[in-house]
Amino acid sequence: MDVTLASILAASTPLIFVVIGETITEKAGVINLSLDGTVLLSAMVGFAGAYESGSVIVGFAAAALVSALAALLVAYSSIALRLNQVAVGFVLFQLTGELSAFLGDPYVRIPGPTVTYRPIPLLEDIPFIGKIFFQHDLIVYGSIVLIFLTYWFMFRTRRGLKLQAIGERPEAAHSRGMPVNRLRYLYAAVGGGLVGIGGAAYSLGAKIGWSEGHTTGLGWIALAIVIFGGWHPYRAAFGVYLFGALQFSAIKLQDVFPDLTQVLGTLPFPIMIFTLVLVYSDRVRSLTDRYPALRGILGSDPPSAIGTRFDVD
Amino acid sequence: MGFELREIHKHFGSVRANNGVNLSVASGELHGLLGENGAGKSTLMKVLSGFHQKTSGEILVDGESIDLRSPADAIEHGIGMLHQDPLVFLPFTVLDNFLIGSPGPERLNRRAAARELATLADRFGFSFDPDTPTRRLTVGERQQLEILRLLWLGARVLILDEPTTGISAPQRLKLFATLKELAAEGMSVVFVSHKLEEVEEICERVTIIRAGTVVGERDLPCPAAELVELMFGGEVEIGERPVVGLGPPRLTVSDLTVRDRMLSVEGFNLEVAEGEVIGFAGLEGSGQRIVLDALSGLRSANGGTITVNGRDLTKVGYRGYLDGGVQFLPAGRLEEGLVAGLTLTEHFVLSSRSGAFLIDWEGALAETVEGIAEYSVKGTPDSTAESLSGGNQQRLLLAMLQDNLEVLLMEHPTRGLDIESAAWVWEQLLRRREDGTAIVFASADLDELLEYSDRILVFFAGGVLAEVDARTSSVDELGHLIGGKVTS
Ligand SMILES: Nc1ncnc2c1ncn2[C@@H]1O[C@H](COP(=O)(O)OP(=O)(O)OP(=O)(O)O)[C@@H](O)[C@H]1O
Ligand SMILES: [Mg+2]
Repeated sequence: MDVTLASILAASTPLIFVVIGETITEKAGVINLSLDGTVLLSAMVGFAGAYESGSVIVGFAAAALVSALAALLVAYSSIALRLNQVAVGFVLFQLTGELSAFLGDPYVRIPGPTVTYRPIPLLEDIPFIGKIFFQHDLIVYGSIVLIFLTYWFMFRTRRGLKLQAIGERPEAAHSRGMPVNRLRYLYAAVGGGLVGIGGAAYSLGAKIGWSEGHTTGLGWIALAIVIFGGWHPYRAAFGVYLFGALQFSAIKLQDVFPDLTQVLGTLPFPIMIFTLVLVYSDRVRSLTDRYPALRGILGSDPPSAIGTRFDVD
Repeated sequence: MGFELREIHKHFGSVRANNGVNLSVASGELHGLLGENGAGKSTLMKVLSGFHQKTSGEILVDGESIDLRSPADAIEHGIGMLHQDPLVFLPFTVLDNFLIGSPGPERLNRRAAARELATLADRFGFSFDPDTPTRRLTVGERQQLEILRLLWLGARVLILDEPTTGISAPQRLKLFATLKELAAEGMSVVFVSHKLEEVEEICERVTIIRAGTVVGERDLPCPAAELVELMFGGEVEIGERPVVGLGPPRLTVSDLTVRDRMLSVEGFNLEVAEGEVIGFAGLEGSGQRIVLDALSGLRSANGGTITVNGRDLTKVGYRGYLDGGVQFLPAGRLEEGLVAGLTLTEHFVLSSRSGAFLIDWEGALAETVEGIAEYSVKGTPDSTAESLSGGNQQRLLLAMLQDNLEVLLMEHPTRGLDIESAAWVWEQLLRRREDGTAIVFASADLDELLEYSDRILVFFAGGVLAEVDARTSSVDELGHLIGGKVTS
């Protein structure tokens, strides 16, 4: 059991970075639909960077940089060039995906560096818990810290409140003195950087190596989980782990019930839809209106200004 | 703290919203700003509060020229603005709304902020539950929250852009008391309004602007006719209300039940005759809106029947109501009535009932030009809906109404309109009665209810508290009823 949970945790790690990153970007009002391509490109760049330099850190940094640039490009097209974020996102999805195949050609199926296994002394000896949480590599620990840190930042700090404000009602944020568009660039880059780390976490950790289409499909799943997660870091993380658990069971049960695995693999999607139907129902909404404590778990309002542009004059 | 504006120009492309405006307000002064729809009042105030960058001109605070690059600079200099539509974040809690944009340590101390909010609220007799989502507050409460926030940030110049349009009579009294108290403490207050009585009630001085420039400044009291003449460049004729005989029942509602998340109206009955005007009074959220929603088919009734001209429309859905000649004009102009980003011509196309597959752009353009002229909308067929001033958005909505309506439902039909426009709009509306149109409207403006309705239904907490005859009732009586007090 503990081994199973530990593998689910490890396998879900990259997606945590991607989902939290996109949650931050969308909270600021920028929607980066290129995710599926960006994750591919950053997985490839991460691997190539680590391979060429011999340092995993360089790989992660390069991946974060490339992916942050992609997110910035979406923000820039919207803010400065007045283009539609959705359209730019789609084009960028194609472009980054193709680019990963083209540039990644020399790195296909060759062995390269990987993140090192680093159990945490003492903590790893705690029965059950130790095995699940404390016998991993640094990036896994980082993903868990990221979830709590993002929550703390968004809901407990002044800057976090501003982040929510610019994605909710930019003209109100502007009237309260916030540099809306500057902040949007900033959070697009931060979110994009995290997405890149997630991409590299595949090729250097969870799914080692590079081949064409290495992570195809995961970006779209991440976009769906952001919505499922109601733009809340805890719920988003729950979505990622749920998805990971179902995928894991699908693989494990493959030999026993060959027919069932097909069903298990698709189960996350009906579950997501069902949850959305539930949280958007009138009854749940009036509950969350009345009990603020429930809002974090059940609240699900998207940032109202998502995908829109804000001009002062 | 006093301030002065010198030769302020603000241009949006080719539109000269402000064209060399001079205005000076002393410390402790309550200053009124009057002007017709589209005169440039909101623009001027947005320049003063740093929301818009001025094209040219000078802003002085306490005799010193200041440079406003953003609203942050303005707040730094003690200038705070309450916007026409309070700029709050609806899904966020009251407390977070209070906190957003305030200076302080990075780590939020919500408990301390809640205490400060409670203290400030106490001082002015307001009360808030800090954990409610702001969406659940009435417009008046949102304003109160914004005013407290601005005071908390240290505002010493307070700008209020049409603060009384969305709030109830008791809330207005409270607001006025607050403003007077603040002015007595040395605050300069700029009060933008279309209501002469209100300006006369609380302001000491008034500036009138027309077409982007100042056309006069007066000490109050001053004869209303003089102010009106300055605002419109002439006298405003308020036509006699045409007398129309009432016909057979046009709209019959029996035993209607409607519910929404927060409120339910049960057993509602109403009969409206041809040519009759019914006013709905009551505090916002007392049930008027959900009844109007049900009568227009926007919300399906949970029980009861609605018939128009003897035809049962209860189950036909919104389109069925439109086909049956029932139309609704909601209060949220940009939210519910218009589509931001679309031009006026596109709006006319959308609202036409033509079934043609291809759009007849020429015809639509002609219709738009005609509508603009007939309803004096200040805008061109290519203007987008959101670039119109508040009053002109309302004119556009009226211009798009179908011709021969059976039943016309409205919410705050003249909210934000200047006196001339309001009088003119009602003239148009009342003329529809000659064709037998029955009119039902909700309003927060007691004078409007008394002036234009035949009967008034007063809503309280989801029920009809009383029905009064508009000819014999008074503002006083209505005010009491709205507060839930039945006088015998
Ligand atoms: N962002 C904008 N872009 C283009 N034109 C604008 C913009 N804001 C205002 N205008 C134009 O500037 C003029 C003045 O508008 P403003 O909103 O200041 O009028 P107002 O006096 O506040 O009118 P109302 O009483 O109807 O609120 C109008 O013609 C309006 O169409
Ligand atoms: Mg205005």
